[in-house]
Amino acid sequence: MSGTEDLIRTYEARLAEIEARLARMEGAGPVAVPAPVSRASRSRAATGLRLGVDVGGTFTDLLLLDEARGRVVTAKVPSTPEDSSVGVLNGIEKICREAGITPGDIAEVMHGTTVATNTVLTSSGAVVGLVTTKGYKDTLQIARSYVPGGLGGWVIWNKSLPLAPLELTIEAEERMAADGTVLTALNEAAIRAELKTLSGKGIEALTISLFNGYVNPAHELRIAEIAREVMPHIPVSTGAAIMPEMYEYERTETCVVNSYVRPVVSKYVGSLQSELTRRMGDMNLQILRSDGGLSSAAAAMETPVNLLMSGPAGGVSGAKWIAKNAGFGNLLTFDMGGTSTDVALIEGGEARTRRETRVGDVTVRAPSIDVRTVGAGGGSIAYVPDLTKALRVGPQSAGAVPGPAAYGAGGEAPTVTDANVVLGYLPSDARLGGDMAIRRDLAETAVGTIAGPLGKSVEDAAEGVVAIVNENMCGALRLVSVEQGYDPRDFALIGFGGAGPLHANALAKLINAWPAIIPPGPGVLCAYGDATTRLRNEASQTFVRRVAETSDAEIGRMLSELEAAASGDLESEGVGRAEQEALYQIDIRYHGQGMKLTIDMSPAEFRTDGLAGITRRFDDEHEKLFTFALDAEHELVGLRAVVQGGEKPFIGGELAQGGTPAAAVIHDTKLYVDGAWAPAKIYDRAKLGAGDVIAGPAVVTEMDSTTLILPGHEGIVDKVGNILIWPQGHEALTARKAR
Amino acid sequence: MPAKVIEANPKPFPRVKVDPITLDIVENALRNARAEMDAVLFRTAMSPGIREQHDAFPMIANQEGKMVVGQFGSFLYGFMQGYEGEIEDGDIFLSNDPYSVGGAISHLNDWLMMMPIFHEGRLVSWAAMFGHMTDVGGKVPGSLPTDAKMIYEEGLIVPPTKVYRGGELQDEILNIILANCRMPEWNKSDFFAIIAALRLAERRVRENIERFGVDTYISAMWDMLDRNRTAMGAIIQMIVPEKVSTFEDWIDDDGMGNGPYKIACSLHREGEVAIFDFAGSDPQSLSSINFLLNEEMFKMFVGAFTISLFDPQILFNDGFYDLVDVRIPAGCILKPQKPAALSCRTHMLGRIFDLMGGLLGQGAPDALNAAGFSDSPHFMYSGYDKAGEWYQLYQIGFGGIPGRPVGDGPDGHSLWPAFTNVPNEFLEAYFPLRIRVYETIIDSGGAGLHRGGNGISIGYEFLEPGEISVHDDRWLTYPWGVNGGEPGMRSTKRLVRAAGGEENIPSKCDRVSVQPGDILYFNTWGGGGWGDPLQRPAEKVLSDVERGLVTVEGAKRYGVVIASGKVDQPATEKLRAQMAKKRGETKLFDRGFESLDELMRRAKAETGFEPPKPPVFKQFMKAAE
Repeated sequence: MSGTEDLIRTYEARLAEIEARLARMEGAGPVAVPAPVSRASRSRAATGLRLGVDVGGTFTDLLLLDEARGRVVTAKVPSTPEDSSVGVLNGIEKICREAGITPGDIAEVMHGTTVATNTVLTSSGAVVGLVTTKGYKDTLQIARSYVPGGLGGWVIWNKSLPLAPLELTIEAEERMAADGTVLTALNEAAIRAELKTLSGKGIEALTISLFNGYVNPAHELRIAEIAREVMPHIPVSTGAAIMPEMYEYERTETCVVNSYVRPVVSKYVGSLQSELTRRMGDMNLQILRSDGGLSSAAAAMETPVNLLMSGPAGGVSGAKWIAKNAGFGNLLTFDMGGTSTDVALIEGGEARTRRETRVGDVTVRAPSIDVRTVGAGGGSIAYVPDLTKALRVGPQSAGAVPGPAAYGAGGEAPTVTDANVVLGYLPSDARLGGDMAIRRDLAETAVGTIAGPLGKSVEDAAEGVVAIVNENMCGALRLVSVEQGYDPRDFALIGFGGAGPLHANALAKLINAWPAIIPPGPGVLCAYGDATTRLRNEASQTFVRRVAETSDAEIGRMLSELEAAASGDLESEGVGRAEQEALYQIDIRYHGQGMKLTIDMSPAEFRTDGLAGITRRFDDEHEKLFTFALDAEHELVGLRAVVQGGEKPFIGGELAQGGTPAAAVIHDTKLYVDGAWAPAKIYDRAKLGAGDVIAGPAVVTEMDSTTLILPGHEGIVDKVGNILIWPQGHEALTARKAR
Repeated sequence: MPAKVIEANPKPFPRVKVDPITLDIVENALRNARAEMDAVLFRTAMSPGIREQHDAFPMIANQEGKMVVGQFGSFLYGFMQGYEGEIEDGDIFLSNDPYSVGGAISHLNDWLMMMPIFHEGRLVSWAAMFGHMTDVGGKVPGSLPTDAKMIYEEGLIVPPTKVYRGGELQDEILNIILANCRMPEWNKSDFFAIIAALRLAERRVRENIERFGVDTYISAMWDMLDRNRTAMGAIIQMIVPEKVSTFEDWIDDDGMGNGPYKIACSLHREGEVAIFDFAGSDPQSLSSINFLLNEEMFKMFVGAFTISLFDPQILFNDGFYDLVDVRIPAGCILKPQKPAALSCRTHMLGRIFDLMGGLLGQGAPDALNAAGFSDSPHFMYSGYDKAGEWYQLYQIGFGGIPGRPVGDGPDGHSLWPAFTNVPNEFLEAYFPLRIRVYETIIDSGGAGLHRGGNGISIGYEFLEPGEISVHDDRWLTYPWGVNGGEPGMRSTKRLVRAAGGEENIPSKCDRVSVQPGDILYFNTWGGGGWGDPLQRPAEKVLSDVERGLVTVEGAKRYGVVIASGKVDQPATEKLRAQMAKKRGETKLFDRGFESLDELMRRAKAETGFEPPKPPVFKQFMKAAE
């Protein structure tokens, strides 16, 4: 009845739907997770050299922050997918050579890594054994009983196998009640025997996740002890330690994913650390967490489930940093790559976080920056279903191989990149990553295959492809902005990644977020973010209590204890109390609701406003998000103190003053916009100076990226090298932003 | 008399040509709007039924009430034709009365809210959503009385009522309604959550109009409707033959000792129109298992199951409705006459999908699925706890997805879109319950080349004295297998008393008293198998055994012999040959019985229950025969 291709598309679309839906289901704000504590072996204040390292699919980017000399040095080397640490070490050699330093001069290495993500995406994790409570061995098999898709979605959906196979799942004779009392004592002899059998079945990691273990983990911990005796070389993760929260499926899944990626991540981080130590001596390796915080190498190896979004978190941190120095605290980030696009929202200089992380069809309860991923990028394939003659873009992608038709590597299907080539946005003499030629003729042929069925010219079809993909991105930007109660008009949009600068102008126009900011070196932004991440620690406590049943004094005492704990840990990492900044976060909801909102307050604000201030802010926020507030009772859910180290001052060099961009013109060209060809110019970004104004339509090229400025818009180069794209006559808008 | 729409601006909307790409963009924008409606609802509702299980459905329709995006929609056109009153800017209608909205919703628990969206004085769209309230009053907690004979016993009836007028909440009306419900705080919160979702849809519609212009927006919706019609026209030609095919299935009983009740349908095509005729179905029941099936809704079911296979990204909508003709005789169990009771229609609603699958699948056996978990069985538990507080749980259960052409049926999953289970830790934290077991039922999935999914066994231990209700089915008839696949296992309910002894609990009952320490094992049914089980690779059967999904004995249904944890190849080949010979040709449908009479004779021995008595239909319901 339908071809395999259709089924695949259907399946992928369903997956996208389930992801989108899960994204919407989750509560706002981060969740109580014991913050991995990192301890530096020496004070960071002593030396200024910080190295940011981001490993991407194609390139490994490095960025050195040299505070003492007030300079930033960058380097790019090819990635080495078989063992990413090789690329990292090559990069370090290169950047040291260019900066004229020795590796030993570097005190800190901050690293964003996709090794955990890739382990999940390529199904290359460990063989995980699982211990559940008696009666619950099918927890992962049944999951939440959810079938993606609409009515009849079950007809085409095949569930993937649990990451801990059922045949390697055993049950423990024990039971905790919901209040933490022991209903059935642990039968130690029985579980010991079961574990012995299990250890003979080739497991590489073990998860122990017991029912109601979040209230009382005693049995989990005891089984872990027994497991270490029975199988001393197998890493053990326990549910409540990884996710001390209600919901047995989510907790078990999160802990199993932790076990699944743990051997791979441990091996990678461990070998990277020993190699770095060998070359650099006493240095401090920190790994970027999904929530934008930093994790010591040891904590990263223990709870790698917190690293699933480490890569995108670097991009968001970098965007935050760049935009702050350009004077924008509110922004939407837009990181468009070959197969997918990540978007996030930053308000008042802080990225929104949420308590779920999704990678492929795996969802875990680990806090992460609220990054939404759309399965659309430069490589997304456009097609026209016979029956409906609609134009669809993605979710299938040409990937790196064969890639878009224009790359001349054998790809024939029309992709978003091909559409950009046809329209002149991606000039055929532009070079991707420095050395890849663009074949305009091949792009035209490919786009021609959909132009026919659509009854349109090749150019119009190409414009349609770009419009559809922009609309998909717009949907994702909506999820992080409008759906969370934010008006995109109050935000600037920052576009980076390989394809972000090409689409940023059009997207800013769609959602009215100005200016569109194109940072210098859009490709190394993630490494920038890694290097500039502030040290951060938090301490939290689950505390479910109706507001009427507690007091300002009680909550105040608890919060200041949490602050002291978080602050002490940070101090031992070398951040003095004087440099620290504390923030309270209170999770609160109406009694009976499943979601919760997180209210932020400074310690001073809490002392003044107390619980009444929290409930008032909650009602306001609830009204803002959902258009109504209730007169129902308020209920606290969790308390948290977040302590951050001081912010690093901006030390990027300022750009030389320009005057006219004429000198940067490479040559004239033409662009197809709004159904007609228009004359335009191509500029070399390296030759632009501060204050230069580039009138659209125009294309600005640099080593690894191309920026498109549409007609009726202009790009203004600011003093730190960003291109700020505004509609012509934007002064009125600027006034609004400044307000 | 159709409703009168009060528009300050009488200007009609000219149909303008919409560029196909603009059309795709409007489609995406509406898709996003619907997703946002769900998001707002699930985050703000309070009842577990909506918040955790997602028993609520949004839609957006054009100005004539034709659904453009949504599911379980398609009723606004009928409402606008039937509502005798005015529709004005600022109105929001609330109704839970199936009889006055032509079956748009099918029992009183579903609160339907409909909001006209105006722009510059003209009606431009509708947003609507309905959700299942945990309680709407009536004679039993949960408002689903098995033994109701009239709808008046099932709760407060709200005909379409303006609960908002001129944008103002009519709180006196809302207060009257809430005063009739056992869990008013939940109803109230869920009510406002739905309102919030509708308001969000309104904003999105207005943004689209600002962006594309009102004429383009309105015309784009017509184009989307046309696009579905074209696609569906082609599909009907492909899968619906002119020759008449028929299919029938049953609801086992009505909770009053009568049954089974038959639903039957024939399908054929005349020209471009597919005709579904339910003439062979039984008359309406004297109890509450009647299902008021809206014809437009059935068309939507048909569309949903077919069109999305061809263009999964399409927003399926009402556009093709003139290509499907649905005939349901008045007075039959699918079109009961007021005041027939309706609350327990869930079984019939589910069974409609098995029926439709069996019917459509005859035109394309390769695409035919086995019978699935065609129900949403309810479990209810209520009473006063030690602190004197009222507790009341309404929970939906899940079972086996059937074997399908694409593969095995998942174990213990939902056939309904968006539904999820309630986490057991949540149940234990908020209700006087302890969930002793939550696992799939070994061997319950029907054997097949593609195995039917297993049902679930939930062991509820009660911690407080209280009362339970059960609404379930397929305890007598089986979820059938197809293309040689075998039926799945039936459902059972076993109550183990703390004081000693066990009771076999019937599939439909109310007000069963339970005491602390009693444990109810609620066992749902498995999915039917798909394809010849003797063809299933033996290694797969072995995996199922290792995973605890099939027993060593159960593996023999596949002709697979397992000894010492390995497949015994020679024994397997021998057994498979014997079974193939004995069995002969495989059957298109395997119901697990040859005739109803035979099934009735087996009932007592196999289920422990006397067979239900053939239903007696009252004179005034003869219209259906």
